[in-house]
Amino acid sequence: MTIIDDIESRLTHHGGKGKVIYRHRIATRVTHWTWAVALFFLLLSGLQIFNAHPELYIGKQSGFEFDNSVLSMRAMQTADGKVDGYTTIFGQSYKTTGVFGMSGPADNPSYRGFPAWATLPSYQDLSTGRVIHFFFAWFFAAAFLIWFVASLISGHLRRDILPSRADIRGLPKSLSDHLRFRFHHDGRYNVLQKLAYAGVLLVIFPLIILTGITMSPGMNAAWPWLLDVFGGRQTARTIHFVCMALLVAFFLIHIFMVVAAGPLNEMRSIITGWYRADPEKEEEHTA
Amino acid sequence: MSTFRINRRKFLTVAGAAASTIPLSGCDAFDGFLTSQSPVRDVLASANSLTYRVQRMLIDADALAPEFSASEVRQGQRPNGSTDPTDADYLALKEKQFADYRLTVGGLVEKPLSFSLDELRNMPARMQITRHDCVEGWSCIAKWTGVPLARILDEARVKPEARFVVFHCYDSMDLGLSGAVRYYESIDLIDARHPQTILAYGCNDEALRVANGAPLRVRIERQLGYKMAKYIKGIELASTLAPYGSGKGGFWEDLGYEWYAGI
Repeated sequence: MTIIDDIESRLTHHGGKGKVIYRHRIATRVTHWTWAVALFFLLLSGLQIFNAHPELYIGKQSGFEFDNSVLSMRAMQTADGKVDGYTTIFGQSYKTTGVFGMSGPADNPSYRGFPAWATLPSYQDLSTGRVIHFFFAWFFAAAFLIWFVASLISGHLRRDILPSRADIRGLPKSLSDHLRFRFHHDGRYNVLQKLAYAGVLLVIFPLIILTGITMSPGMNAAWPWLLDVFGGRQTARTIHFVCMALLVAFFLIHIFMVVAAGPLNEMRSIITGWYRADPEKEEEHTA
Repeated sequence: MSTFRINRRKFLTVAGAAASTIPLSGCDAFDGFLTSQSPVRDVLASANSLTYRVQRMLIDADALAPEFSASEVRQGQRPNGSTDPTDADYLALKEKQFADYRLTVGGLVEKPLSFSLDELRNMPARMQITRHDCVEGWSCIAKWTGVPLARILDEARVKPEARFVVFHCYDSMDLGLSGAVRYYESIDLIDARHPQTILAYGCNDEALRVANGAPLRVRIERQLGYKMAKYIKGIELASTLAPYGSGKGGFWEDLGYEWYAGI
């Protein structure tokens, strides 16, 4: 405790120590770590599944004799016989040898969408990718259901996640503060945090679960309306992929902010629930 | 005001620390746990039986897969897997335009039967425009014509102990060192009796092509493509899947794919 306190007081640049507050309830902490583990495996197995057919389309079916492709990662041979990996987005091709379309050692390259380091298993194995994906998908969805119900009942959703009117009014200022790397730590979420968490938890999470279900031919018979909502199975697959990319972007910013805000304090709060707020800001709230 | 400012040096330190989490990736660290014999893989695969049970609960036995309008048939049916079998018995049939072909129905039935292609074509047919979803991720919409499997089962009178329909096929799949094995598949009786489950002899208003499984293939519209056996030689009613192949219920299942492919 003393070590943490000591490091923290140096990190936060304040002489006085802030009050330790109970910031994250058990439901938030347990679901946070369930998602962390599940999303790690879902991402890597999902890229494995994508690699079985590294192309995305808009519509009900995949165009083999017509073009409705929006993204592809393929190895292609040029006129001089050289093979390279190309990523094609909306008809525009970019050479991505080494990462997308073709990767691995130069003398023994693999022709695959995402490289070996980004997939589980590292080698091409669609069936195992699917086994991993559908196992963790259950945990991911179950954690979402538990979190949603618990947060609705506890008021966490209304109090901490959905931005208030005052939050929205403060948006320009919060934005300019963030752009200048000025962060406030009073234990509450600022408007950008609220928007980020609301976007992930209330938009991307339900979207990625529902588009996943939409890809199931069995569930298409039970809930055909999902196909209409998402504009066809192949569009659902594309939305599923875009949600994945947004979650990866969120993860990178999330980790950056945790490190910037004081990783020990942040880690303590998401493990034990207890968080040390900035002292001055705390006074403002109690005043 | 209490703020927390980051100078450039601190920004770089933080960015570096954050970037260091990126290689936290798949690599090959987990590969050892994911081979076909691994108990870890078996535990993960147990989620598939949960998926099967939940889907059977949510999906009505007779709930139909979506059907499409004729204008949505925009391309030929994409062939996959075996597209041109070279097995001698198949080539002999193909040479005579499948005139000598006979579909056998046996196993746990009261009355084993066999049908010529003409006999099948003369039975009441079902035509459906449906979406074929490959396990790889792509989809293709085509119009299928065939005999409802339920009708064949009724004629053969399925014994009460039967639980599965097994499809035996003409095409051999190469397994590398262990040689070649004939493709086979199996489904439960719920899918076998589903109104859209047909033995198709026509695709997109013409006779089924060799690449798509001529002379006869099955359509199981609420599951993935690998369940829909092509080049069907015979149908067998069974109480267990253990005697066939490696006992997992299908060619791809024996290689690690899930038996229930409704997802």
